[in-house]
Amino acid sequence: MSLTEQSASPGITRRQAWAIFWLLAAGVLAWMFIAVWPHWLNDILISKKAFVSSIFNGITLAGLYFLVASGFTLVFGLMRNVNLAHGSLYLLGAYIGYEVTSRTGYWLLGVAAGFLVLAAIGLLMQVFVFRRLEGDELRQTLVTLGISIVAADLMLAVWTGNTYQIGVPHWLDGAIRLPIVSAVRSNGSAVYIMYPFYRLVVLAVAIIIGVGLWLMLNRTRVGMMIRAGVDDRAMLSASGVNVHAVFAIVFAIGAGLAGFAGVVGGSALSVAPGEDVRYLLASLVVVIVGGMGSITGAAIGALLVGLAEQIGLVYFPTYGIVLTFVIMVVTLAIRPQGIMGKVQ
Amino acid sequence: MSEAALERPAAGRNILSDIGVRQVLLALALLLYPAVASDFFLTQIGAYSLIWGVLALSLMLLAGYGGMVSLAQITTAGVAAYVVAIFGTNNMNIYGFGWPWWVLVPFAVTVAAIVSAVIGAISVRTEGIYTIMITLAIAAAFFYFAQQNYALFNGHSGFAGIPAPHFWGVNWRDPVPFYYLCLFVAALCYAAVLYCSRSTFGLALQATRDNPRRMRALGFHVVAHKVAAYGLSGIIAGFGGVLAVWFNGRISPGTVDFGQAIDVLVIAIIGGLRHPIGPFIGAVFVVLIQTFAIDIVGAERYNTLIGLVFLVIVFVSPDGLLGLWQQIKPHLAQKSLRSMPSGGNGKSN
Repeated sequence: MSLTEQSASPGITRRQAWAIFWLLAAGVLAWMFIAVWPHWLNDILISKKAFVSSIFNGITLAGLYFLVASGFTLVFGLMRNVNLAHGSLYLLGAYIGYEVTSRTGYWLLGVAAGFLVLAAIGLLMQVFVFRRLEGDELRQTLVTLGISIVAADLMLAVWTGNTYQIGVPHWLDGAIRLPIVSAVRSNGSAVYIMYPFYRLVVLAVAIIIGVGLWLMLNRTRVGMMIRAGVDDRAMLSASGVNVHAVFAIVFAIGAGLAGFAGVVGGSALSVAPGEDVRYLLASLVVVIVGGMGSITGAAIGALLVGLAEQIGLVYFPTYGIVLTFVIMVVTLAIRPQGIMGKVQ
Repeated sequence: MSEAALERPAAGRNILSDIGVRQVLLALALLLYPAVASDFFLTQIGAYSLIWGVLALSLMLLAGYGGMVSLAQITTAGVAAYVVAIFGTNNMNIYGFGWPWWVLVPFAVTVAAIVSAVIGAISVRTEGIYTIMITLAIAAAFFYFAQQNYALFNGHSGFAGIPAPHFWGVNWRDPVPFYYLCLFVAALCYAAVLYCSRSTFGLALQATRDNPRRMRALGFHVVAHKVAAYGLSGIIAGFGGVLAVWFNGRISPGTVDFGQAIDVLVIAIIGGLRHPIGPFIGAVFVVLIQTFAIDIVGAERYNTLIGLVFLVIVFVSPDGLLGLWQQIKPHLAQKSLRSMPSGGNGKSN
C-alpha cells in the first residue's frame, strides 16, 4: 500500500485479500518444492542446506533492512528530505542499545532506549535544523551529509573502533528446528535444518512493525494527516493542520525506527564503525528499488535486496554485490520511480 | 542565477581582456609558487590540492552547470586509476602490461569517460535529489565490488608500486615537475570547463538545469545533454584519477570508498559551485585544514572539524567560499548590501 494511496474502506480490500492468498499459495508451493528436492538440484545449488539457509538468511536480513529503510522512506515521502544521516542514526541506536543492555542487563530496555533516544534526537534535528531549510532539498541533504560525517567521527571517538555484540536474552537465543529435512540418516531418521531463533524473531518484529506502520498510516488521524501531507502539503496546512508538528512526529518515528533497528540488528550481527555506511547504502538501494515514500515498496525492496545479498554470498561470493546493483539498475531502467513509487 | 555565466558569448576581442587580469595574475602566482615553496608545500599542499581540485571540478561541471549532484566522481577517477595500475606498471606481479604513458593515459581517460557516461545514463533516469542517492549507491557498490573482487581489482590490497612516467629526461614524480604537471592538467581542465560553460553545449546544459521541460519543448534532447555532461566530467575526473594514482603510487578500494566520495562533494561545496575556480579554492582550504588539523584539534578529530566547517558553509553561504566572498565584498567596499545583486539561492532542482 503506497503512502499516498487511498483506502477508506474498513477491513481489507479485495485486492489485498487476493495478494495475501497468492503469497500463501506461493509459500506452500515453495515448501512442496523444497520438500521433494530432486537430486540433480544439488549440482546447481550446492546442497539443500546451503540453499535453504541462504533463503532464510536473505528473508531475515530483509526484515532488518525493512526496519531501517521504512524510516528513511517515511521521512522522504513526507518531507522530500533524503536523510543521508540515517545510517548514523542506526549506528548510534546500536551503541546506545549496547550501553543500556550491558549496564542494566535488560535487553528489552536497550531496545526501548534505542528507539526513544533516537526519536528524541530526530525530533531535535527536525525542529532545529531541517525546519530552517524547508523547501531546499539539496541543502537539506547536504546538511544530513555533514551531520553524518561529524556523527561518524564522534562515535569513533567515544566507542573507538572496537566491534561490539549486544547480548540477546537466553529466551531468544539458541536454534530452532525447521520442518525441512536436509538429509536422512542410514537408520531412517530425518535430519532437520536448525536455524537461529533470534533471526526469525527479527523477521517477526519487522512484519509486526510493518503492519503497525500500515495501520497507523491508513487507520489513524495522524496517518491521515501524513498521507494528506504527502499529496499536498500546502493544502493540508491551509486546512488548519499544524504541518510542522506532523513533520516532527514523522521524523521522530523515522529516526526512532533507525535506532530500534540498530539495537535489533546489533544483536543479530555486530556493532562497529562502518556499519552506518552499510545500512545507509542498504536503505538507499531498498527505497530506490521499492519506490520512494512507499512502505510496501520498502518491504518489497528489502526482500529483493536481502535475498540477492545472501544468495550472492553463497553462490557467487566475489560478485555478490553486483547482483544487488543489477537489481537496482534493472529497476531504474524499467520503472525509474521504483516498483511501488508514484511519478512525481 | 545563470546570468553571470550567460553573459556575452565571447566575440572577437582582445585576448587579455577576455581572459581577465585576475586570472593572469593567479596563473603567474601559481607558476612562481615553486620558487618560494619547500618540497612539502609543493607536493603535499600544492599538487595534492590541484588533484583534489580537478576531481571537485568534474563535480562542479555536473552540479553547477547541469544541476546533477553526483557522488560517483571518485568512482570514475578510481576506474582511471585502476586502468593505470592494470595496464601500466605495478610491483604486485598481477597484470601490469607495461603500456607506455602516451597510450595508457588516453586509454584510462577514455575508459573513465565511458564509465561516467554509463553512470550518467543510469542516474538521469530520475531527476533532482534522486541523483545524489543513485550515484551514492553506485559509488558504494563499486567500492564493495573492488574490495571483494580479486580477479580484476586484487581485492582489499589493490595495486601498489605504480610509478609516474619518466620522459624527456625528467622523473615526473619529483616535486617540481609533478607540481607543474598537476598545474598544467588543472589549468587545462579549468579552461575546458570555462570554455564549455560559454559554448552552445554549456548554455544548453544550464538551460536544461533551469527548465528541462522548456528545453524539451524547444526540441533539445535533454537526456543526451546530461549524459554528454557526465562523459565530459568523466574525462576531467579521469585525469584527476591518473594524477592521484601517480601521486600515491598505489590504488586500493580505500581510495574510492564512501569517505572519499563525500570528500569530493565537500570540497566542491565548500569552494562553491558557481564558478570553476570554486573547487580549487575548496581543495586548497580542505587540504590546508587536513594538514594542519593536528595543531587545531589533533589528527584524530579532523573529520569532525571538516564536517563542522561544511555544515557552517551550507548554512551560511550556499555558494561556498566564493559566495561568502561575494557577500563580504560590498561590506569591504563600504557599500550597502542591497546594492549588489542578490547572491545566495543555490540551484535546487
